[in-house]
Amino acid sequence: MRYLFRPPATEAAGLLSLPWDQPLEEWDPALLLDVPQRGISRHVVRFVASGGHVYALKEISERLARHEYALLGQFEEEGLPAVTVLGICVDRPGDQEAILVTRYLEYSMSYRWLFSRPRGEHSAERLLDTMVVLLVRLHLAGVFWGDCSLSNTLFRLDAGAFTAYLVDAETVERHARLSPGQRAYDVDLARERVGAELLDLQYGGLLPEDVDPIEVAESLPGRYASLWDEVTREETFSPDEQQYRMTERLQRLNDLGFDVGEMEIVTSPEGARLRVETRVSEPGHNRRELFRLTGLEVQERQAQRLLNDIRAYRAWVERRSPNPVPEAVAAQRWLSEVYQPVVDSIPPNLAGRLAPAEVFHEVLEHRWFLSERAGRDVGTERAARSYFATVLPRTPEEVTTPSATLGRN
Amino acid sequence: MASIEMQHIVKQYGDGFPAVNDVSLDIADGEFMILVGPSGCGKSTLLRMIVGLEDITSGDMVIGGKRVNDLAPRDRNLSMVFQNYALYPHMTVFENIAFPLRLSKTPDDEVRRRVNDAADVLELKEHLERKPANLSGGQRQRVAMGRAIVRQAEAFLFDEPLSNLDAKLRGQMRTEISRLQRRLGITTVYVTHDQTEAMTLGDRVCVLRKGKIQQVASPRELYEQPVNLFVAGFIGSPPMNFLPASLEGTALQTPFGAIELDEARAEKVRGRDLLLVGIRPEYFEDASLVDEAKRPVGSTFTARVDVTEWLGDSQYAYIPYDAPQAVTDQLRELSRELDSEELRTQAIVSIDATSRIREGRDAEFWLDARKIHVFDPQTGENLTRDAEAGAELTRMAAQDRVDQVDEARGGATPVGAG
Repeated sequence: MRYLFRPPATEAAGLLSLPWDQPLEEWDPALLLDVPQRGISRHVVRFVASGGHVYALKEISERLARHEYALLGQFEEEGLPAVTVLGICVDRPGDQEAILVTRYLEYSMSYRWLFSRPRGEHSAERLLDTMVVLLVRLHLAGVFWGDCSLSNTLFRLDAGAFTAYLVDAETVERHARLSPGQRAYDVDLARERVGAELLDLQYGGLLPEDVDPIEVAESLPGRYASLWDEVTREETFSPDEQQYRMTERLQRLNDLGFDVGEMEIVTSPEGARLRVETRVSEPGHNRRELFRLTGLEVQERQAQRLLNDIRAYRAWVERRSPNPVPEAVAAQRWLSEVYQPVVDSIPPNLAGRLAPAEVFHEVLEHRWFLSERAGRDVGTERAARSYFATVLPRTPEEVTTPSATLGRN
Repeated sequence: MASIEMQHIVKQYGDGFPAVNDVSLDIADGEFMILVGPSGCGKSTLLRMIVGLEDITSGDMVIGGKRVNDLAPRDRNLSMVFQNYALYPHMTVFENIAFPLRLSKTPDDEVRRRVNDAADVLELKEHLERKPANLSGGQRQRVAMGRAIVRQAEAFLFDEPLSNLDAKLRGQMRTEISRLQRRLGITTVYVTHDQTEAMTLGDRVCVLRKGKIQQVASPRELYEQPVNLFVAGFIGSPPMNFLPASLEGTALQTPFGAIELDEARAEKVRGRDLLLVGIRPEYFEDASLVDEAKRPVGSTFTARVDVTEWLGDSQYAYIPYDAPQAVTDQLRELSRELDSEELRTQAIVSIDATSRIREGRDAEFWLDARKIHVFDPQTGENLTRDAEAGAELTRMAAQDRVDQVDEARGGATPVGAG
């Protein structure tokens, strides 16, 4: 057998002891992790944990495994929203298919899971919009999906909205740019898949009664077309409105979650023509890292601060524990034991003055200040009480953040 | 259902490279057409232009009499079969087939009629009310096919559909696709790199090389009357043997002795210093097992056998021969282009399974001179091709197809015919 890994993959060394020579279907359940319902797969898919991380294992033909391995690697380098790949195992005995190993997208939710919740707050429309953003991003990058469906998409909470990730790249084709036919084909396939998936939920009694699968599916091409137009269209305007039109366009693209790589203006007697090159990746390494670990969506510097606090917290926990504590576990405990209590204790009348992450950051600053004065660590809880009583009320009332209440879930 | 006509189709990419170069091809209504060739020959690009995935640089794509160059894929009403099909666990097999119709809000009784008709052809009738979880691999693929059928598409398109299946399921699906296509009589275009698949499935096979059509013909015509060295080398497994030769009088002088040509064929090949003789493995035999009556139509020669391969029902012997450098280079180039193992300067000959010919010894062989072809090593052209005999083979295949489709349409309710 042969294992191909994409470095750094040291964390995965523990995976090597798994019984790769046996069919996935026959693996001892004790080795596997029971993961709540994901999408529909044509292949055998299993989950395992190793070194504090969770991995998805998928049995597919070697040709497809190599193809998907290469593509997911590219996507990661380019910052495209997709699951990340760890490696493949090929040349398994008895002519068995290869196994593709991807990192489990932590805190992600499948559409089935979202619709199976009693709370009806995740509307089909919102999921669809998120999926359309993903499809547009991929198409901008010259990625023909060939299998766009809810099953092949994972959703993550993004400050009240969702971010969608591509899960399955088996059928993906990479082109310099896509033809209108390729995009139309992808969209049409998505329309049909989403329709069928929602119908399936309906047959299973899992779909809220007010959702009409056919209507929702039929709305997908329109949503896609308007977003595609929004991010790619060229605009013509008179030279005197140049500046405000540019700013407006940029703002609009940012609001839609896109970044602009380059703007090109060609002037002629008839006016100026604006062409924007919309970036497919989102900026911010720390932001992404924090988001991955905690599901928290914050600004880049806030993310850096919170990550440092998570690291300090993990070290503190490990000093008290006989075993190493996985990063994801530490982050999760930090979230519920450190971060969330602070955010939850913001007095209602002061909520919304600052973003929760900003409040947390200030509490950390305040704790350092109090501790230095007292000559000992006063602890986060006391620092927070003091901060809410003395510091936060002094912030100007107009410094508000609409997302304040979304930080507490 | 519809015919598909391609007129001077060109696909040129940004770098100017023509992936498809002036392809004209008519696919008749109900015909099963195979596009085959080694990787990079343009077969998939051509299929994608039919579907609408690739823009057409120039030329006309006409489906059912209508030019579709500028139509979106959906508006061409074609069906890519099996591509990434998914089965939905809460839906019955019936609903798994029916959902494309549900999405287009087809009336219930019409849905029922079409799904039942499709299930009849697919032999899924007794599974319709079950959930798909317990279907076999083959049955799952048939459900995917059912979806394509109920859509009543103008044509079915397959892009290497079996390449990801294991060998057993692949063989099973090949039979299934073939049987179904004939029962439905639906126009089908099927892309493969596998010449065995091409030969067993198609009414006609279109062999492509570097974006250009080499030959469009029935499998038998391709096999017996190939137009050039490329087609001759691509079609057939084990491949055709190519021996260097020169003409003396009416006899070809080859490493395996002289092969006598009739005057008409000798005339066609005359005037070239070097020739390549193409002989299929089964045109050889162990000389001791050849009927006296048959002997005179061929020639015998003695050669040392390198290896024999006994397969129970058949047997192969490998006979090395000497060839000038020019021929060796040409054969190496050809095999590289065909993605095949190197066509070494060694003949693979088929001998009777009962033959006692042994490895490492000299043995006497007989070869049937009637069926050999002679190629121009420079241009690759088949100098001895009998175009009329070839066309006759393809006419016969076309007639067989018409008979089969008539029978299927007359015998059963035409499914998918809207």
